[in-house]
Amino acid sequence: MKLTVAEVEKVARLARLELTAEDKELFAGQMGAILGYVEKLKELNTDGIVPTSHAVPMENAFRPDVVRPSIGLEKALANAPEKSGTFFVVPKVIE
Amino acid sequence: MNIFDLTIHELHTALKGKQVSSLEATSAMLKRIESVEPQVGSFITVTPEQALAAARSADQRIARGNCAKLTGIPLALKDIFLTEGVRTTCGSRILNNFIPPYSATSWEKLHDHGAVLLGKLNQDEFAMGSSNESSAFGSTRNPWDTSRIPGGSSGGSAAAVAARQAIATLGTDTGGSVRQPASHCGCVGMKPTYGRVSRYGVIAYASSLDQVGPLTRDVADCALMLEAVAGYDPKDSTSVDTPVPDYSTALGGGVKGLRIGLPKEYFIDGLDPDVQKAMAAAIDTFRRLGAEFVDISLPHTDYAVATYYLIATAEASSNLARYDGVRFGHRAQAGNLLDMYTKSRSEGFGSEVKRRIMLGTYALSSGYYDAYYVKAQKVRTLIMNDFIRAFNDVDVMLTPVAPTPAFKIGEKINDPLQMYLSDIFTIPVNLAGTCAMSLPAGFSAEGLPIGLQLIGKPFGEEAILRAGYAFEQATEWHTRTAAL
Repeated sequence: MKLTVAEVEKVARLARLELTAEDKELFAGQMGAILGYVEKLKELNTDGIVPTSHAVPMENAFRPDVVRPSIGLEKALANAPEKSGTFFVVPKVIE
Repeated sequence: MNIFDLTIHELHTALKGKQVSSLEATSAMLKRIESVEPQVGSFITVTPEQALAAARSADQRIARGNCAKLTGIPLALKDIFLTEGVRTTCGSRILNNFIPPYSATSWEKLHDHGAVLLGKLNQDEFAMGSSNESSAFGSTRNPWDTSRIPGGSSGGSAAAVAARQAIATLGTDTGGSVRQPASHCGCVGMKPTYGRVSRYGVIAYASSLDQVGPLTRDVADCALMLEAVAGYDPKDSTSVDTPVPDYSTALGGGVKGLRIGLPKEYFIDGLDPDVQKAMAAAIDTFRRLGAEFVDISLPHTDYAVATYYLIATAEASSNLARYDGVRFGHRAQAGNLLDMYTKSRSEGFGSEVKRRIMLGTYALSSGYYDAYYVKAQKVRTLIMNDFIRAFNDVDVMLTPVAPTPAFKIGEKINDPLQMYLSDIFTIPVNLAGTCAMSLPAGFSAEGLPIGLQLIGKPFGEEAILRAGYAFEQATEWHTRTAAL
C-alpha cells in the first residue's frame, strides 16, 4: 500500500503542515507502509464490540461550580510571540 | 562511596543523620552532571543556581527537624513536565523558548516535599519515539555503551539515573516510554495505572494513554517516588479518586504463593537469546522464592502495535493542534493567519512529529474515521478484555520489556515501522490502562542491561512493587553501575 503524493498533500493541508517535495515522497511511502501494517486489524471481527475511549470506567467528573483565581493576564501573555496591551496580536483576519 | 551513587532512601538517611547536607549532595550531583554530560547528553537544561538555592532551603527545613522522605533529594524531570519559570521544551524546536507560567502537579508535589530540581531531561520530541533520536536537541546516549540509544521517549530520564546524574527522575509512558528506556539503561521504571498520577501540567501526547512514572535505582525508591506523586488532583478530571496506599511499607512480604502469569504471546521466536536467558533465570529466581507460574494467553497481543499507532496518532493530531504560533511557542512570519499557522508548525515540528500528526489526521479524516479510529478503539476493548480475563487466574504477569537490548544510534531511524515494533511488549499495558514496572534482570553478552516487566492489575501497584522488591533482594543486577 502506498499513498499518492496528492493524498499526502490533502492530509497535510488538513493538519496545517507544509511539506517539502522530498518529505511528501518519503511520507507517501512510510505512511503507506504503516497503513498497510494496520490493515491487519481487519482480520478481527469487532461486530457488537463497544469501542474503548478511556481505560478507567468513569462517569462524568463533576466539581462544584466555584470561582477560583486564574493565572492572570501578565502570566497568560508572558509567552505571546506578539502582544498589545491585553491582547495576542495575529495577522489581520478580515480584509 | 560517592554521594551520586546513593539511592533516595540512602541519601535520606544521611541527610536526616546530618552526615551530609542537601547542599553537598546537590553540588556533588552538579559536578557529576558537568563531568559526564559530554558523553551522555541527558539534559536539555541544567538549573544549577535554582538547584543550589533549593538545596539551601531544604537544609534549613532539615535543621528545623522537618526531613520528609524526599526533602533535599536532587531529582530531575523529563522536559515534558511544566516547571514554572524554567524553560520547558518537550524536546521540540516549537517550544524552544517556552517558559511555563505554572507547574505540573507532580512536580509541585515533589517540590512541596522539599525535593531539589537539577534540570530538565532530554526526550523524544513530544514523547514520540523509542530511541531519543527525535529530540530537537540531539540524541541522548546510553551510559552503558555510548554508541547505543538509551531508549525512549524518556531516554534522558533513564540515562540520567544510570549515569548517576540525578538520584531519581520522572518520565512519562504512553506506549512504553518509561519502561523501555529503564530496561535499556538498567534502572527501575514504572508506568502506574491510568488515573493514578495527575497529568495536569504534563504536555499531552495521547491523552487516553499518557501516564507519569518514576525512574529510580531500585524498587524501594520507585515506591517512594510513586507515593509522593500519586493521588487525585481536582485539576485533572481523569485522575482517579482512590486512596494512595503507603507503597514503601508494602514492599516486604515476599512472593510465596504469588501466582505469576507467563503470557505465551510474549515469549516469541524473535526474542533475543540473551533476553530469553535473562527471563528464564528470573523465572527460576521467582520460583525459588516460592512463586507459582501459570501459562496464560493474551490472544490479541499481535494487534496491539497497530491499535496503538492509530489511537495514539489520532489523539496526537488533535492535542498538537494547539501549536499554532498564536499564544506561545514558535511563530513564523507570514502575511495571513492560515500561513502563520502552517509555517509556524512546519518550521517548529520535527519529522517524527509531522509523520504522526499526518497519520492521526488521516485516521480521523472523513471516510476513514470508522475504518481506522473506531476500529482501533474496538480492538482496544478486545485487548483490555484479554487482560481482565487473564487476571482472573493470576496476581501479576512476567514478560520481557523489549525484544532486544539497546540498539545502535541510527539503526532504525529510517524505518519507522521497525522502530514502532520495538514497543511490542509495553504498548498493550497502556491500551489496557493497567500498571507495570521494568526492573534490572541481567546483562547481554555485550554487557547491555536487560529488564523484566511485571504487569499488575489496575491499581495493583503494591503487588508488582512487592514482587519486584523480592526479586531485587535475591539478585544483584540493580547494584551494577555503568562505567563512565
